[in-house]
Amino acid sequence: MTKKDLGLLILILVVGAVVAAINPRFLLPINLANTANLVGMFGISALGQAFVIMTGGIELSVGSVIALTGVLFVDLVANQNVPWPLALAIVLVMGVVIGLVHGLLITKLRLQPFVVTLCGLLIYRGLARFYTKDSTAGFGFGQKFPELEFITAGRSFGVPNSFIALLIIAVIMWVVLHRSIFGRHLYAVGKNEEAARYSGIRTSVVIIAAYVICQVLTVVSAVYFAMYTRSIAPSAHGNFYELYAIAAAVLGGFSLRGGEGSIIGALLGVVLLQELQNLVNLLGIPSSLNFAVMGTVILIGVIADQQLVRFRARRTNDRKQVAALPTAAGE
Amino acid sequence: MTSVAATAAHDLRQPFLSLAGIRKAYPGVVALSDFSMTVSPGEVIGLVGENGAGKSTLMKILGGVAAPDAGMITIDGVERSSLNVADSMKAGIAFVHQELNLFDNLDVAANIFIGREPRRGGFLALVDNDRMHAMAAPLLRRLGAGFGPSTPLADLSLAQRQMVEIAKALSMDARLVILDEPTSSLPISETERLLETIEALRGEGIAVIFISHRLHEIERAVERVVVLRDGVLAGNLDRGEITHDRMVKLMIGRDLKAQVGTHEAKVGPVVLAAKGIRTEAYPHHELDISLRSGEILGLAGLVGAGRTELARVLFGIDAPLGGSIALEGADVRIPSATEAIKRGVFLVPEDRKAAGVLLDLPIAENITLPDLGTHATGLLVSRRKEVATAERERQRLGIRAPSVMTRTGSLSGGNQQKVVLAKWLAMSPKVMIFDEPTRGIDIGAKSEIYRLMRGLADNGVAVLMISSDMEEVIGVSDRIAVMHEGLISGTLDKKDFSQENILLLAVGRSIG
Repeated sequence: MTKKDLGLLILILVVGAVVAAINPRFLLPINLANTANLVGMFGISALGQAFVIMTGGIELSVGSVIALTGVLFVDLVANQNVPWPLALAIVLVMGVVIGLVHGLLITKLRLQPFVVTLCGLLIYRGLARFYTKDSTAGFGFGQKFPELEFITAGRSFGVPNSFIALLIIAVIMWVVLHRSIFGRHLYAVGKNEEAARYSGIRTSVVIIAAYVICQVLTVVSAVYFAMYTRSIAPSAHGNFYELYAIAAAVLGGFSLRGGEGSIIGALLGVVLLQELQNLVNLLGIPSSLNFAVMGTVILIGVIADQQLVRFRARRTNDRKQVAALPTAAGE
Repeated sequence: MTSVAATAAHDLRQPFLSLAGIRKAYPGVVALSDFSMTVSPGEVIGLVGENGAGKSTLMKILGGVAAPDAGMITIDGVERSSLNVADSMKAGIAFVHQELNLFDNLDVAANIFIGREPRRGGFLALVDNDRMHAMAAPLLRRLGAGFGPSTPLADLSLAQRQMVEIAKALSMDARLVILDEPTSSLPISETERLLETIEALRGEGIAVIFISHRLHEIERAVERVVVLRDGVLAGNLDRGEITHDRMVKLMIGRDLKAQVGTHEAKVGPVVLAAKGIRTEAYPHHELDISLRSGEILGLAGLVGAGRTELARVLFGIDAPLGGSIALEGADVRIPSATEAIKRGVFLVPEDRKAAGVLLDLPIAENITLPDLGTHATGLLVSRRKEVATAERERQRLGIRAPSVMTRTGSLSGGNQQKVVLAKWLAMSPKVMIFDEPTRGIDIGAKSEIYRLMRGLADNGVAVLMISSDMEEVIGVSDRIAVMHEGLISGTLDKKDFSQENILLLAVGRSIG
C-alpha cells in the first residue's frame, strides 16, 4: 500500500467517523450492507476502467454497455427462456467483441479513445432503447432464478455477494496488474508507448487487451446492476456510470495520462465515492446536490494530492542534494 | 598603453561582464568554487567540461536562476552578489538551449515575438502581424538566414530553428548569447551554418558562450576556451593553445589514450544482409547494406539521408516499402520490434528519452522489459530473477546508481544509455544497431560506450553505428558506409578514412 493509498484510507475512515458521529445509522448493518453492495457493483466496473486508464485511454461507453447488456441479459433470461449461464456467456462475449472493436479502432486506425468510446456511448444507448422499444425490461411476477439471484443479489454471512465478487475480481486483477508480465507491459505502454515498442512489446495487443478486460468487467457489473434493479429503463439505466468509474480511478491515484495507479487505489476510490453518496443521504443533504458534493470532493482530493506530491518531491530533492555524489550537482 | 590606437582597441574589448570568486554549494556538494571569468563584447568563448563539472550551475547563475554563495558578478561596472532573472535579461544575457522553446504551428516572426507581440486595435489587443513581420525581417537578415519571417517554423531545419532562437535573442538586445550544446543534434552541413551564425554575432559585437561536447567544433569556432572540472576552473586556453588533446587533458585531468582506432577487427561472415531496401524517406531509392560479424560499420551521412529510417526498418519498427533482409543467410521478415528482438537484432535508438528507456521505471525493470519471459515464473514476473540480471549487468557495464531499483530518469545521460545497452546485452545480440549512441553524453561515458561496442564486435556481434559525429565515426568504425538520399553513396576502408572523403560522399559526390 502506497502513502497515497494510505492517505485515502485515512480519509475514508475520517469521513466515516464524522458521518457516524452525526448520524449513527451510518453504522447500521443494513446501511453498511447496502453500501457494500453498491461498492461491489461500481467497483467491478471501476476496475475495468482502471485498465483502460492505465494505457492512457478512456472508456466512455461503460454506462451504455451496462444498459445494453443489462436489457439483453434480462430479456434473454426472463422472456426468451435462455438458461442464465448461457445468457451470461452471451453478454460476456458481447463485452469481448465491443472491447475488441474499440481496441482495434484505437490501435489500428489510430483513432482517439475519447472519440471511439464516445461514439460507443451513443451507439449502445441507442441500441438498448431500440431493442426494448424504449420500454422497461424486467422480470415477470413470480419469476425466480434462485442461483442467479443468490450469486448477484444474495448475501453470504451478511456480506453482499456483489462485494465478495468484487474482492475476488480485485485479487485476480491485482495479480494481473501488479505481478504479471502483461501487467508490466501495461505499465510500460501507459508510461511511454514508443519506448515500450522499442523494447519489443506488442503495444497494440496490450492496449486492445485493456479494452477487452474493461468491457468484460463492465458486462459482469452490468449483470449485477440488472439483477439489483430487476427492471431496466434503457434510456436511464447506467447513465453516468462511466464517470463514476473514471472518478474512482482518478481519486485512487490513476493518471489520465496513463502508466500510473494501483488496484488498491481504485478500490479505495470506489469506497470513498459510495461513502459520499451515502453521506448525502444520511446527513439530509438534498439529493439534488449529490453530484455537486461528489465533484467538489474529487476536486479537493486531486488538488490536495497534487500539492502533496509537489511537497514530497521538493523534500526528496533536498534530501537527494544532501546525499548527492560530488559529480551530481553541476548536471 | 604606448599608443592611442592600442588603448582604443583595449577599450573595445573591455569586459562588460565578469565573474570573480564565484562559489556555489548545494548540500553535500560544491558545484562551483572560486570561479572567475570575463566576457568582452564580440568574444566567442568555448565552455567545456564533463557532465557534472559545473557548467549548468554556471549557466543557472548567469540566467539568474541560482544565487552564488560567494563572489561578485560585475555587469557594466556595477557589482552585485547575485542576479535575478530580470537582471539577467536586462543585462542582455540570452540562452539558446539544447531543447528549443519554439512553436511548430507558428511562423518565424510569431516565434521570435512570442509573448511580446506588437499590438494594434486598442483594447482589443490584436496582434499587429504586419509590424511583427517587418520587425523580424531585419533580425533574420543580420544573421544571414535564408528564410523569411513568414516561413512556418515546421518547414525549418534544426539549425534554422536555432537561428530563430538567436534572432529572438537579438530582438531582446542580447549582448551575450549562450548556446548550450547547440550542435549535438546537428548534422555536419547544419553545424557549418551555425558556426557562420556565431561569426555573424561576433561581427556585431555580441559575445557568445558556446557549450559543447564536440571539441572539434569548439576548436574551430572559438577564440578562448574555459575548461571546468569538478566545479573548478581547470584552465583557460587562448586561441593558439586550443587543441583537442589539451582540452581533454584539462577536462579529465589526465591524458585520454585513444582506446580505439589501432584495433584490428577480426571480421567474420555476413550476419545481416539487406537488399533493395526502400524506406518512407526515399521511396524510390533502393539500398543494399551488409553487416559482418566482428565488425563495427559506421554509417555516416547528413541528417535526413535516411539512416534512422533504415535502422527502424531493420529493427522492425517500420515496414520497408520494398527489399529483403537476410539474417545469417536465411531470408527473414521483421514485421515488428518483437520479431527483431526474437532474432537477436537490437537497436539503441537515437532518442533515448522517447524510445530508449522508460524514465519512470527502475533500472531493473528497464533492463528486463524486452525479456520478461525468462524473468518470470509462469506468467508472473519474478522480482528475484529480475534483480539478479540487472545487478549482473550493472556491474558489467559500470552503471553508476545507488541500486538497480533506482528510477532510471534520475541517472545521467551516459548511465541511462548504459541501461539501454544493458537491456540488450542481457540477451544475446547478433546484430546491434546504435543510432547516435553518444549524443549528449560526456567524454568519460563516451569512451566506455565505445569500449562496450568494441567488446561486442570482438565477441562476434555485427555492429552498425549511425553517427553524425565525425570524430566518432572515424575513431570507432572498422569500415564506414556513407548515406546520401536513401542510398549508400560509398563505403570507405580504414585506410581511406578522412573527414573530406566522408563529406564528399555525404553530399552525393564521389571521391576524387
